Amino acid sequence: MGSNNKWVDVCSRDDLQPNSGVCALVEDQQVAIFYMLEDETVFAINNYDPFGKVNVLSRGLIGDIQGEPMVSSPLYKQHFSLRTGLCVEDKMVKVNTYGVRITGNRVEVNLYNNTPWGEAT
Amino acid sequence: MSNKQTLVVIGNGMVGQNFLVSLMASDIKDNYEVVTFCEETLPAYDRVHLSEYFAGKSADDLSLMEAGFFEDNNITIHIGDKASIIDRSNKTVTSEKGVEIAYDKLVLATGSRAFVPPIPGHDRKGCIAYRTIDDLDEMMSAAKTSKVGAVVGGGLLGLEAAKALQDLNLKTHVVQFSPRLMAAQLDAGGAGLLASKIEDLGISVLTGKNTIQIVDGDTCKHKMIFADGGELEADMILYSAGIRPRDELANASGLKIADRSGVVINDNCLTSDEDIYAIGECASWNDQTFGLVAPGYAMARTVVDHLTGGNETFKGANMSTKLKLNGVDVASIGDAHASTPGSLVYTYQNGVDGIYKRLVVSQDNKLLLGAVLVGDASGYPTLSQYYLNRIELPTNPDSLILPSRSDESVGLGPDALPASAQICSCFDVTKGDICTSIEGGCTTLGALKDETKASTGCGGCAALLKSVLNCELEKAGFDVNTDICEHFAYTRQDLYNLVKVEEIKTFAELIAKHGSGKGCEICKQAVGSILASYWNEYILKDAHVGVQDTNDTFLANMQKDGTYSVVPRMTGGEVTPEGLIAIGQIAKKYGLYTKVTGGQRVDLFGARVDQLPPIWQELIDAGFESGHAYGKSLRTVKSCVGSTWCRFGVDDSVGLAVKLENRYKGLRAPHKIKFAVSGCTRECAEAQSKDIGIIAVEGGWNLYVCGNGGMKPRHGDLFATNLDKETLIKYIDRVLTFYVQTADRMQRTSVWMENMEGGLDYLKSVVIDDKLEICNQLETQMQRVVDTYQCEWKTTIADESKLKRFRTFVNSDKHDENIIFIEERGQIRPANIEERELALAEEA
Repeated sequence: MGSNNKWVDVCSRDDLQPNSGVCALVEDQQVAIFYMLEDETVFAINNYDPFGKVNVLSRGLIGDIQGEPMVSSPLYKQHFSLRTGLCVEDKMVKVNTYGVRITGNRVEVNLYNNTPWGEAT
Repeated sequence: MSNKQTLVVIGNGMVGQNFLVSLMASDIKDNYEVVTFCEETLPAYDRVHLSEYFAGKSADDLSLMEAGFFEDNNITIHIGDKASIIDRSNKTVTSEKGVEIAYDKLVLATGSRAFVPPIPGHDRKGCIAYRTIDDLDEMMSAAKTSKVGAVVGGGLLGLEAAKALQDLNLKTHVVQFSPRLMAAQLDAGGAGLLASKIEDLGISVLTGKNTIQIVDGDTCKHKMIFADGGELEADMILYSAGIRPRDELANASGLKIADRSGVVINDNCLTSDEDIYAIGECASWNDQTFGLVAPGYAMARTVVDHLTGGNETFKGANMSTKLKLNGVDVASIGDAHASTPGSLVYTYQNGVDGIYKRLVVSQDNKLLLGAVLVGDASGYPTLSQYYLNRIELPTNPDSLILPSRSDESVGLGPDALPASAQICSCFDVTKGDICTSIEGGCTTLGALKDETKASTGCGGCAALLKSVLNCELEKAGFDVNTDICEHFAYTRQDLYNLVKVEEIKTFAELIAKHGSGKGCEICKQAVGSILASYWNEYILKDAHVGVQDTNDTFLANMQKDGTYSVVPRMTGGEVTPEGLIAIGQIAKKYGLYTKVTGGQRVDLFGARVDQLPPIWQELIDAGFESGHAYGKSLRTVKSCVGSTWCRFGVDDSVGLAVKLENRYKGLRAPHKIKFAVSGCTRECAEAQSKDIGIIAVEGGWNLYVCGNGGMKPRHGDLFATNLDKETLIKYIDRVLTFYVQTADRMQRTSVWMENMEGGLDYLKSVVIDDKLEICNQLETQMQRVVDTYQCEWKTTIADESKLKRFRTFVNSDKHDENIIFIEERGQIRPANIEERELALAEEA
């Protein structure tokens, strides 16, 4: 852990869905990548829905609760913070978060860097 | 052997049935073997709404019986068998068919019969009493050979009967013995206005006419001859000149009968025999008989209470009534005739708008004793509260009937009512009962009605109920916040209006102008639906894709394992053999599970997100289009095979279903919408359980609205009858657009209507009478949606950039290895967790 050098190129910026999510496969991990158009922010969390126990979070609706960016599960609508991975409805449940950045026209994911987006790395 | 006592109820009318229901809901229900005799061939039905039989309601609709009521409660009912002898010394009841039952307790609920004046010619063929469903059937058959009808009697029931005759397309006359209509409830002023309103509707009113004989007519079958020498010709004559208690059985058994007829009862509803009760219209209490259903229900409650050893007594009844006669509002409260000594009267008469109001107050001007309202009965709830609860009147009582020229409200605020105030007189629900239910979590009108039954009888207290609810919610500090979510301080209806008025086309624009934050799945989905309803643009346009809910995003229904089901449209449930073969081949090729749905089409399950476009390409090539099973939108129009094939079919239900499904397909709404069309009243398509249900009848189509199946099934309400297709479609256009514009998010049509102030009548006034003058606009809006329909899958397949979204991974062609199927009954199903873990472990 702690390595900041494992940024993996996954796709182009055009492959992202504005104000929605896509899924990338990084070292056999399913990574949900969300792109908020208005402030040009990207978030990455694990695609696995711990409630429905299937890989679907990239297909959820995104937005915010009290300013906290979140995704709502497409199956049973629990909310997960896109920054921390914490479930709003059940604080005992958390999904993994990953580093993600846009470099030029490319999107990169770092499985070993889960510093929330926007904070200094 | 059980040590139960036997309780026999004679008569299964509205009151007899109400008694059985009350008894079964009580603690003592297991103390008795219950046996009941029902002389009619049908168990209890709603006699109050008998005239609706002609407007298309069936005997089933009028039935008061919950399915299985007798079986579930172990009640023995002898239908079509009349109790003919009561042997009080041996305590037995014997029926006409020879059934003999020994009773411990006996309840007489024998009701009343229509009074037929014993004049020469009263029993001619085609002269019918208006009382039972059998009478109605006789009327219907007589109507086929009749042009003119006359009703003898201008009371409540008589005017209802006149409406029934008019519904049968007869030229209708009302012949009233007394000098005014509704003599018991109205004073001369109110009755005069009512008569002129009834005449405006094309029914002629003759008052002060004493019929002395009926003979052969010259132009019609019968001629009525009046005491004043006048005559009236008619082909059919209905008697509705009051009722007489059915007390002959009681009389024969030696029970005490009142001088003016009726079985004498005391405050516990006991007759002169301490094991025999009498309730309802056959009973006489304090020398009074009661021809309304509410006092009968009160007596039924009294008897149940007395059997349990309680001390509730019957205290007479509130004879107030409010009704709509042929669209004319009429209400009467208490002492309408000012017969209380010293009483004073206020009168308001408005000849221009046809309104008459009269208040009868006590000598000291402090208490309301009675009232008459004709033409505008909106003051009824407030006035009846003043009356029932003896609330002191305001200083100027006339302010209660004078039109308010300013914004000042003279209504009695719900807060001023005591907890004991009766809000719903049909079901005896007090304000206290309502408050308890609200505290118990019933915070919507629908839930409250469900829980307390308030406002589910005549509906006269609906507005009052709503104001009590709102007032209590606010007082209890409940969040009566109707904001859709934290991002918009608006209701769904507000948002719809903003979109419409400001011509807003995207979620981004709406939230920038009227909201805050980034949105959430609540407001995004709602706004996505509103935009689609109003503008009907392609929902996966870049600006819209991010606001679509789970299923809309991928134009398919996500299942528990993250795969999708695919549902091609089969309009009206019709599919060609070629179509079926194509679906079979596609399902086989992609290994999909297939199942026939309740909406008469085929679902294909187990498609991965990346398989959706190729599957749809093949479906479209085979001539199919999107079934919108994924949308809060029109789903299916189910149909029976109709007159084309069926021996009993009255009209072409499949043809209409196909036409309607093609018209409304793709319409997005606050919730899913289902239709059905039945080709005859056998109703094989189950249209009455749909949002929009249509049944073919001789002479047109009957339209039912706001039904649904699901968790809380609700029968649709009969909305209009005998429609031609053009009018039918207009009405549906209007109902649906009005629903789309005004419903809350995720609100089915049933709940939408139940929460609408004024309910069905209000909806009718908007859609049929154009009360809000919006019908044109409603139709135009629907036409726009119809004109801009597109198959979303066709559009998607043709747009390379949209297909990018339908990849499992943006950077790999691999599939989600978590999706694992097991074979069962020759098809696939998703693996459960254990099976999946086992499979993944084996692979690793």
